[in-house]
Amino acid sequence: MINIHLILFLAFGAVAVAGAVNLLAQTHPINGALSLIAVMAALAGEYLLLGAEFVAAVQVIVYAGAIMVLFVFVIMLLNAGVEERTKGSRVAIIFGIPGMLLGSLLIAWAVLRYSGTESVAVGALPGAPATIGELLFHEFLLPFEITSILILIAIMGAVVLASKPHPIPQGKER
Amino acid sequence: MPIWLYILASVIKSIIVLFVLLTAVAYTVWLERKVVGHMQNRWGPTRVGPFGLLQPAADGIKFLFKEDLTPPHVYKPLYIAAPLIAVIFALTSIAVVPFGNPVVIGPLSVGFSHPVVIGPYAIPLQITTDVNTGLLLILGVTSIGVYGVALAGWSSNNKYSLLGGLRASAQMISYEISLGLSLVGVLIMAGSFSLNDIVKAQQGHFWGFIPRWNIFHGQVIGFFIYLIAAYAETNRIPFDLPEAETELVAGYHTEYSAMKFAMFFMAEYANMITVACVATLLFLGGWNGPIFGPYILQAILPVFWFVAKVFVFLFLYIWVRGTLPRFRYDQLMAFGWKFLLPLALFNLLATAFAVAW
Amino acid sequence: MVPLSYYLVLSGILFACGVTGFLIKRNIITIFMSIELMLNGVNLSFVAFAAQWHSLAGQVFVFFVMVVAAAEAAVGLAIIISVYRSRETLNVDQVNLLKL
Repeated sequence: MINIHLILFLAFGAVAVAGAVNLLAQTHPINGALSLIAVMAALAGEYLLLGAEFVAAVQVIVYAGAIMVLFVFVIMLLNAGVEERTKGSRVAIIFGIPGMLLGSLLIAWAVLRYSGTESVAVGALPGAPATIGELLFHEFLLPFEITSILILIAIMGAVVLASKPHPIPQGKER
Repeated sequence: MPIWLYILASVIKSIIVLFVLLTAVAYTVWLERKVVGHMQNRWGPTRVGPFGLLQPAADGIKFLFKEDLTPPHVYKPLYIAAPLIAVIFALTSIAVVPFGNPVVIGPLSVGFSHPVVIGPYAIPLQITTDVNTGLLLILGVTSIGVYGVALAGWSSNNKYSLLGGLRASAQMISYEISLGLSLVGVLIMAGSFSLNDIVKAQQGHFWGFIPRWNIFHGQVIGFFIYLIAAYAETNRIPFDLPEAETELVAGYHTEYSAMKFAMFFMAEYANMITVACVATLLFLGGWNGPIFGPYILQAILPVFWFVAKVFVFLFLYIWVRGTLPRFRYDQLMAFGWKFLLPLALFNLLATAFAVAW
Repeated sequence: MVPLSYYLVLSGILFACGVTGFLIKRNIITIFMSIELMLNGVNLSFVAFAAQWHSLAGQVFVFFVMVVAAAEAAVGLAIIISVYRSRETLNVDQVNLLKL
């Protein structure tokens, strides 16, 4: 049955898959970064179709608006150029792409054939920010605190790694 | 509400709002030139039309007829796409901003002998319907607007543009955090992300005459954090090092001419207007104000109060531009991370404690 | 009404593209971006399952996945900058000596 939900799902899905394939096909990393941003925006649309409005907004703000900005910064800072083909990459392409294609077709066939036909309605589970907040602070409090410590560790690690290397002091002469 | 009426209303609202927004962008430029001129004890534009009111039109014609030069060494796809990204996302976030109470189209009984009945449909004065997470959408669109600046700086293949673009985007993402945190104080007090609910929570008075706007109701620090972070987000003085003429040639829009430069210009002023609209909704009470008079006046007065408050905020923007000098880049980043972020966290904690008791 | 398996197939396609990118690309930044693509595919299947079983825990898990992705991107990019400073290349095939 063709209904608006299916049409929107296919539209966002087509943009996501096109962006993913473009990430593989492009040689310059900046083009790959921009297609990845398109994938994330399309996925935010898919989350809205599933009713997860808060997750969709956070996906745009955090993933597409902060993490990918980091990637774009690093690409611009390091002046990454077009990557060249080496022997290893040719071997990987010859074996890797057909292998992945075969594997994903197999999984897709298995999922489509052997799963039940329950449908998911548009906006099936309204993910209101209030209920997500309650869950986050009551049942999932321990993972929440651990992830905050994880972010602290990541900040310290990034600051230490990206600072200029200190010159190793020479030993004093006896 | 039938689908055709909804689509028709949305299209009409989009056209009206877009037209008003673009005119407002042009006349904000005029207002800035006049106000900064008067602050510097000179007239602003006075020759083109009465009080220089046709100056934006003259500027628009100039931009249209300038030579649109594309330097040969730029990375063309991103060079053309960057101003488009900046403008599109600057104009998009106005879609969730509500301007007033919903307009009820019902049987008109003011001065007509035969009432025109379209049916009691309430058309909200917002391009979308009331989105549950309207505030988050505005934050998200602001986050994506950073790409316009970063990609413009990089694609121009010019070391001044690259530096200006990197500095501008680093500044924008640093102050986005304090911007978001200052909004959370308001969210705690209103209890919802929806902009309509936040405005409704600011209705009424306390002590009889002080309106219940969030700025008077305990969010003074939040308002000032929002103000400062908004100046940094829109790259205005005192935080406009990335586009200062005396520092980096012209920063990230050095290599742009004519219409593309005009698009960056429009994007900056449209961002200013959006930020002013959000500040009005969250801190200055939205469209709440004294309502009086006949039915037609009652329908228009909320929009008038909204526009008046946005105008006050824009005047504050221009006043600060004419008064303060520019921050150096390391001072700017130190201020954002070491002063504003702890202050915003403190504001959040204080608001949470106050509401919990 | 879209069956749940369509969402899972889309998630699987994105994950497979991520794995393919990880294996065939030689630029370290592109490899990192393929990892982010894999994480996004996983996020989609989390949200799809949350919608099917009417449990918001799936959406809460998406937050944790995003936090892990952000932390990993930050530290990974810092490592890339250090490697670039000492080896002057971004090609993984050329970073094959233990000591410069």
